[in-house]
Amino acid sequence: MSDYVDELMHVTDAADPTTGDVTIQNYTINFGPQHPAAHGVLRLVMELDGEIIERIDPHVGLLHRGTEKLIEYKTYAQAIPYFDRLDYCSPMCMEHTFVLAIEKLLDIEVPIRAQYLRVFFAELTRISNHMLNLGSHVMDVGAMTPNLWLFEIREDCYNFLERASGARMHHNYMRPGGVHQDVPLKLLTDIADWLDTRLPRLFEDAISLVADNRIFKQRNVDIAVVSREDAIAWGFSGPMIRAAGIPWDLRKSQPYDVYDRMEFDIPVGTKGDCYDRFMVRVEEVRQSARIMKQCLRDMPEGPIASSDRKVVPPKRAEMKQSMEALIHHFKLYTEGYHVPAGEVYVATESPKGEFGVFLVSDGSNKPYRCKIRPTAFSHLQAMDFMSRGHMLADTTAILGAMDIVFGECDR
Amino acid sequence: MRAPAPAWAADLNGETIEAVRATLGTALIDAVDQVGEVALYVERDAIVTVLTALRDTPGLEYQQLMEIAGVDYPDRPERFEVVYCLLSLTRNHRLHVHVSTDDVKPVPSVTGIWPVAGWLEREVYDMYGVLFAGNADLRRILTDYGFRGHPQRKDFPLSGFVEMRYSEEAKRVVYQPVQLAQDFRNFDFQSPWEGAQYVLPGDEKGMVPEAKGAPTPLKADEIVKADAPSKPQAGSTTHEPKTTDSTAQTGAGEPDPGNQRQDKPRDSDVVPTKGGGQNQ
Repeated sequence: MSDYVDELMHVTDAADPTTGDVTIQNYTINFGPQHPAAHGVLRLVMELDGEIIERIDPHVGLLHRGTEKLIEYKTYAQAIPYFDRLDYCSPMCMEHTFVLAIEKLLDIEVPIRAQYLRVFFAELTRISNHMLNLGSHVMDVGAMTPNLWLFEIREDCYNFLERASGARMHHNYMRPGGVHQDVPLKLLTDIADWLDTRLPRLFEDAISLVADNRIFKQRNVDIAVVSREDAIAWGFSGPMIRAAGIPWDLRKSQPYDVYDRMEFDIPVGTKGDCYDRFMVRVEEVRQSARIMKQCLRDMPEGPIASSDRKVVPPKRAEMKQSMEALIHHFKLYTEGYHVPAGEVYVATESPKGEFGVFLVSDGSNKPYRCKIRPTAFSHLQAMDFMSRGHMLADTTAILGAMDIVFGECDR
Repeated sequence: MRAPAPAWAADLNGETIEAVRATLGTALIDAVDQVGEVALYVERDAIVTVLTALRDTPGLEYQQLMEIAGVDYPDRPERFEVVYCLLSLTRNHRLHVHVSTDDVKPVPSVTGIWPVAGWLEREVYDMYGVLFAGNADLRRILTDYGFRGHPQRKDFPLSGFVEMRYSEEAKRVVYQPVQLAQDFRNFDFQSPWEGAQYVLPGDEKGMVPEAKGAPTPLKADEIVKADAPSKPQAGSTTHEPKTTDSTAQTGAGEPDPGNQRQDKPRDSDVVPTKGGGQNQ
C-alpha cells in the first residue's frame, strides 16, 4: 500500500526507477536560420536540458557575400557602397570608418564643415539604428506597441537621410576628403525642429512603456550578466562593454572628425545584464540628439570636400569651363586615385561597437587587402557562455540586447 | 597627421617600440612605426609568449584583441601574414603584431590568452587555409557547408569555381561549374611612364630612328606593329580585321589567372550541365 502512495506522491528511488519515471536526456534543437527573433539568418544549434540551455553553437556565414574579396577588385571609390551593405541598419557609420582609413593613408585634410556633416549624419544613423534595435528587442520579449512607435522615428531618420544623400538606406554619402553633397538649409532646420519636438515626444513615450515595465524587467534583469573581465577578454565594445561598467567610447577616447569638440556623456551599466544593455542604448539616443544639436549650433559655412583635385572630383559646373577639371573627372571616375602603400587599422564607434577596417594598400588604385572587423563576431561568439544556464526563452532577449545584424557579421 | 582619423595616443609610439624591444628580445624581428601605427614583426613560434607579454607587462597592457586579419602575399616564401590588432584600454594605444606562415606551417593558437580568438582564427583558416595549432574548434565559419578552397587567397578567382541553383529535376540545390557570359575585366592602371611591361598599340611610332632633317613619314604598311609576328611575310597585304580576342590586342592587363578553366578542381558534388549555366 505504501508503495502505491509513494507512486502517487512521485516519491521514487532514483537508483531504482520504476515504470512511472521518465529519464530525461539532453536534446539538441535548431534555432533558425529562419526565425523572426534571430534578426536575420542566424542558426543556433542548442543543447538543452529540459528548457535550460547547456551549450549554444552559433552557425554564421549564411549571408556571406565575399565583400572583402570584391573590394580587392574595385577602386577605392567603388568600394564605398559595399560598406553601406555591411550593417544595413547603420550604413553611414560603416562608410565613415572606411573613408577615415583611406584619408589616414592619403593624409589629406578634410574641411571643417564636412567633418561636422559626417558627425551629424553618423549620429542620426545611430538614432535610427537604436530605434530598430530597441524596438525589436522589446518585441522579442513580448511587447508590440513600442516597436511601432519607434519605427515612426526610424522612418523620419530615413526621410532625412534620403534628403541628404538621395537614398533611404544605401547612402554612399561620405567620400575621402569630405562628403558628396552639401545639405540644403531647410533640411537642417527641419531636423532641428524634429530634434526639439517629435523625437523626444515619441521616444520618451515609447520608452516610458517599457523602461519600468514589470514584465520587461522580469525578462531582462539579471539575464546574461557579463563581468568586466569577461567583457575585455571577449573583445566586447560599444554598448556591450559599457553595460559591463567600463566607460569606453571611441568617440570620447579616440575622437575622430569633430567629436573632440562635442560635449556628451557616456552611459555605463552597473550589472552588465540585458536590461543594462537596453538602457545604455536608450541613453545613447538622448546623447546623440545632444551631439546633433551641437553640430547644428556650431557648423560653419564653407566647402564640404577637400580641394585636393587628385582625390576629390570637381564640380560639374567647373567641368564645363575647365579642361583640367574635365581630365580630373575622367581620371577619377575611371582609374581612381592611387593610395600610398601602408597598413592602417582604423576603428570607429559604430552604433553596435567598435567597427574597424584593416586596410593594406600597395600603392595602386585598389585596396590590396581590406579586412573588416565586425562588431558582431566577438559578441555573438560570447553567446555560448552568456546564455548557459538560462532558459530557452531568454535566447531572444540575449540576442536582442546584443544588437546583431548579419550583413555586417557575415560580410 | 592632417587626416581626421581616430586620435589615440600615437605619441606613445616611440616609447612603445623601446619597451617592446626590451621586453620581447629575440622573438622580435622588427618594429616599425609607419603611417602613425606601430607594427611588430615577430617569430611565428613565439606568438603566444609575445602576446602574453604584451598583455601582461606593465607599461604595455594591451588588454583587448580586436581583430586577427590574414593577408596573402603570393610572392613571398611564406606567403601568408597573420595580423593581430591589439588595443590597450588603459594606455589608449593600438598596435598590430605580424607573423608570417604558409599553408602547412601552423601558427600557435592564442585562444588560451583571449577566448575571442577562437572565431577570429576560424575565419583566417576559412579564408586563407592558415592552420592554428591548439585551436580546439578549427572549422570553417563564413563559407557554405562543404565548401572547398580558401576564397581570400589571391589565386582564388573572384567568381569562384562553382555556382549554385535549385534544380527542378533533382528537387534540390545543385552545384555546377561557373559559366560567365563575359570574362571579368580587370584593367591595368599602371602608368606607361612608370614601368608598364607591355607595348601599347601606337608605341612603335616613337621607336622610328630619327634621320637628319624632317623624318620621312612611313607608309602604313611599313609600320611594324609591336605585337606583330617577328618575321612578317613579304608581300602579304591581306587586311586582317581588328579583333579583341586577347589582352595584347585590347591593351588590357593580364587576365585573372584563376579564371582559366584548367585551374578548377574536380568536385564530385558538381553536376555538369549539357547546355550551359543557369543563365543560358
